Amino acid sequence: MSSKLNSRIPEGTISEKWTKHKGSIPLVSPANKRRIDVIVVGTGLAGSSAAASLAELGYNVKAFCFQDSPRRAHSIAAQGGINAAKNYQNDGDSVFRLFYDTVKGGDYRSREANVHRLAEVSASIIDQCVAQGVPFARDYGGLLDNRSFGGVQVSRTFYAKGQTGQQLLLGAYSALERQVAKGRVKMYARHEMVDLVVVDGKARGIIARNLVTGELERHSAHAVIIASGGYGNVFYLSTNAMGSNVTAAWKAHKKGAFFANPCFTQIHPTCIPVSGESQSKLTLMSESLRNDGRIWVPAELEDAKAIREGRLKPTDLSEEKRDYYLERRYPAFGNLVPRDVASRAAKERCDAGYGVNKTGEAVYLDFSAAIVRYGQEQANLKNMTNASEVEIREMGTKVVESKYGNLFQMYEKITDENPYVTPMKIYPAVHYTMGGLWVDYNLMSTVPGLFVAGEANFSDHGANRLGASALMQGLADGYFVLPYTVGTFLADDIRTGTISTDLPEFDEAEKAARARFEGFLNANGSTPVEVFHRRLGKIVWDKIGMARSEAGLKTAIAEIRALREEFYRDVKVLGGMFEMNPELDKANRVADFMELAELMALDALTREESCGGHFREEYQSEEGEALRQDDKFAFVSAWEFTDNDPGKATLHKEDLVFENVKLVTRSYK
Amino acid sequence: MNLTLKIWRQKNAKESGSFATYQVSDISPDMSFLEMMDVLNEQLIAKGVEPVVFDHDCREGICGMCSMFINGEAHGPDRGVTTCQLHMRKFKDGDTITIEPWRAQAFPVVRDLMVDRSAFDRIIQAGGYISVNTMGNLPDANATPIEKHDADAAFDAATCIGCGACVATCKNASAMLFVSAKVSQLALLPQGQVEAADRVRNMVHQMDLEGFGNCTNTGACEVECPKGISIENIARMNREFLKASITA
Repeated sequence: MSSKLNSRIPEGTISEKWTKHKGSIPLVSPANKRRIDVIVVGTGLAGSSAAASLAELGYNVKAFCFQDSPRRAHSIAAQGGINAAKNYQNDGDSVFRLFYDTVKGGDYRSREANVHRLAEVSASIIDQCVAQGVPFARDYGGLLDNRSFGGVQVSRTFYAKGQTGQQLLLGAYSALERQVAKGRVKMYARHEMVDLVVVDGKARGIIARNLVTGELERHSAHAVIIASGGYGNVFYLSTNAMGSNVTAAWKAHKKGAFFANPCFTQIHPTCIPVSGESQSKLTLMSESLRNDGRIWVPAELEDAKAIREGRLKPTDLSEEKRDYYLERRYPAFGNLVPRDVASRAAKERCDAGYGVNKTGEAVYLDFSAAIVRYGQEQANLKNMTNASEVEIREMGTKVVESKYGNLFQMYEKITDENPYVTPMKIYPAVHYTMGGLWVDYNLMSTVPGLFVAGEANFSDHGANRLGASALMQGLADGYFVLPYTVGTFLADDIRTGTISTDLPEFDEAEKAARARFEGFLNANGSTPVEVFHRRLGKIVWDKIGMARSEAGLKTAIAEIRALREEFYRDVKVLGGMFEMNPELDKANRVADFMELAELMALDALTREESCGGHFREEYQSEEGEALRQDDKFAFVSAWEFTDNDPGKATLHKEDLVFENVKLVTRSYK
Repeated sequence: MNLTLKIWRQKNAKESGSFATYQVSDISPDMSFLEMMDVLNEQLIAKGVEPVVFDHDCREGICGMCSMFINGEAHGPDRGVTTCQLHMRKFKDGDTITIEPWRAQAFPVVRDLMVDRSAFDRIIQAGGYISVNTMGNLPDANATPIEKHDADAAFDAATCIGCGACVATCKNASAMLFVSAKVSQLALLPQGQVEAADRVRNMVHQMDLEGFGNCTNTGACEVECPKGISIENIARMNREFLKASITA
């Protein structure tokens, strides 16, 4: 264990740690809380819930988002659901099972104590959301309904059609707006954090760009919470929102916060395939579809070719000419294997020539069996003993529509194909990043006073996140972890008084930020930012994507460095500094992605094993399954920014100790 | 496809704006409307013209950020979609497309096609919530069963994305559909009953303060709403408002 890392995992058995720790955290009295300012960057599930909860406790909160309203943060787009160990289905779920599934799903690269805490507070999240008026799906008895997600054998996922993230975020947003109305939260929409200000070794504020006026503003606080989401847009094409970026986290990294496991990125198996060169983003089709959809490709190469050339339709192929490859390879979990496994299996089939669209990079997700099954169930319920095939399909279609209607509509709008009639075409796409700023058990980074929540931290998902666990983690961090753990730092600040924004540290950070923006404007190059971002994305997708190799990663590093040099020399940004200028904001974000990309490659190169979303071609079994190297790599890679060069980052290791889950080869067979 | 675009350009809230005409080429029918705008902007930058500013983020129809008035319709000619989900296959080669920002007194233009919709946030601040603090020991989520029909209706109202298409479409620039969706969601749930009267009064009051117009039941909002929010919600809000006024 590096001496610079202290994970601060409390003593005691795994199920006692959080309770005991909560009882020992120093309290800040209500009167003193009013004297303490906290900055929250990002208003997704983690940021909104943290800002609202801290304001309710009495802290003065300033919240920042780059969108025009906190309600638009990208958590809103999460579709499928949120996990909680409620065991409402009486199917054997428990806190321990959720903990175990998450550690196993993460391919044994997460910290046991954090994951167990997540499982412990999961049930309270559902209670909280229902009390806020979040309209989860219910059954006819009026009780909450559940569905299943990949990598588990129980039904513990709560959902609101395919809009669970929207409903949870609007719940957190309404709690936040209630505090804004009370004056407990000051909301700064259309503001972007462009630097962290560190005073005497502590995070004491940020520099934010007002995206409407272009002014650089100084904001001070006693602690800063970064909840700015993940860095999937480093791939250019991802399911993230267009504005999602790594800048807040990356600037914190450059000011001393270690970046953990940057190579752990999640490729989601079910997204709408890429259609053309000018595509700006990819759209996810929720994992919940794998409850009812069966994934397949043609069993014969000629059939796949005929389909690609438009000579054959998928519905023409009989059952024995189809290869339901997930059911074939993983009979125990079938279509509900974890995301990394499903994605690699799709790539394997397509690489072997079985892809089903023009580009050869698509597989089928087929609902016809589910439509017939549900239709038959309806016929039975209605005592229709002689129901015709057409009637059964019609009734079944209605059931599928009630479960996934909005997703099917979204698919049809994008592809112009009706997925009730012909199978969906899907392909893996970048969706989530497990890596992020390193945090201790209190969610504090290596910069004292800088806390990191939600997708922006590395904490709970190891090398692969299970479906419906991102919403759980974001809300756990914001509602039930940070409100307690910030006390560990802020209890020492009750006499500090307001932090002045006239301190030289603020001066310096603002000047540096201004110089950066002026640099982009004065480059007077010939290439728009978008072109650089697209080229970066291609390097990262091809060489740091679903499969990685030593040679590929080394090439990637050289290419990224060359591209970065070209970017600063040749970028073309029109307009000025002190006005609304989205191109300038984008240049600032892409510049940070270019540095992060190199660190990702370095991390992937250093981790000589395959685990979760990180697949090194050199480390696989004969059947193509990932091969971990537990004796050498059972640690968290925490990178320290060194010598002002992302390629010279210093590696610190946090050894992972497994006391409650046995390290075994992950099997879903 | 080659297209002629007439786009509203306005430097900031203070200066007045006007239409500018641009030609855009090499548009594929599979592109989304916003990807067509990306192509235009890349072509403009190459010519040294400042790109057109517009709001957008998730590009999958859920964040509510994109907001263009296209050929006289909020989110363009397709139904049940936001601008980011509108595809160019809905247009023909050689078409002229007029693109404006939302036009409403309560939504001032920020720049070009981007408007300020913070009025919606202030309406939510006035009461669009249930007053419950974060607590680790609330009653179990299944303690109060909720009739499926009510839960589903509350969900349907809650799917509003706050884009403002209803306001942009309404000849009176009324925000009744937006406000009633939130009032309905909470009025349909037992958790929302305690504050129901204050909620509807305060939210309607704030809506009026922001300068939104009145509802004259034309139903245009429902037609243009990308999420299909029903005007039944307006009727429900009116009932809630009347009830609150009588019992006050």
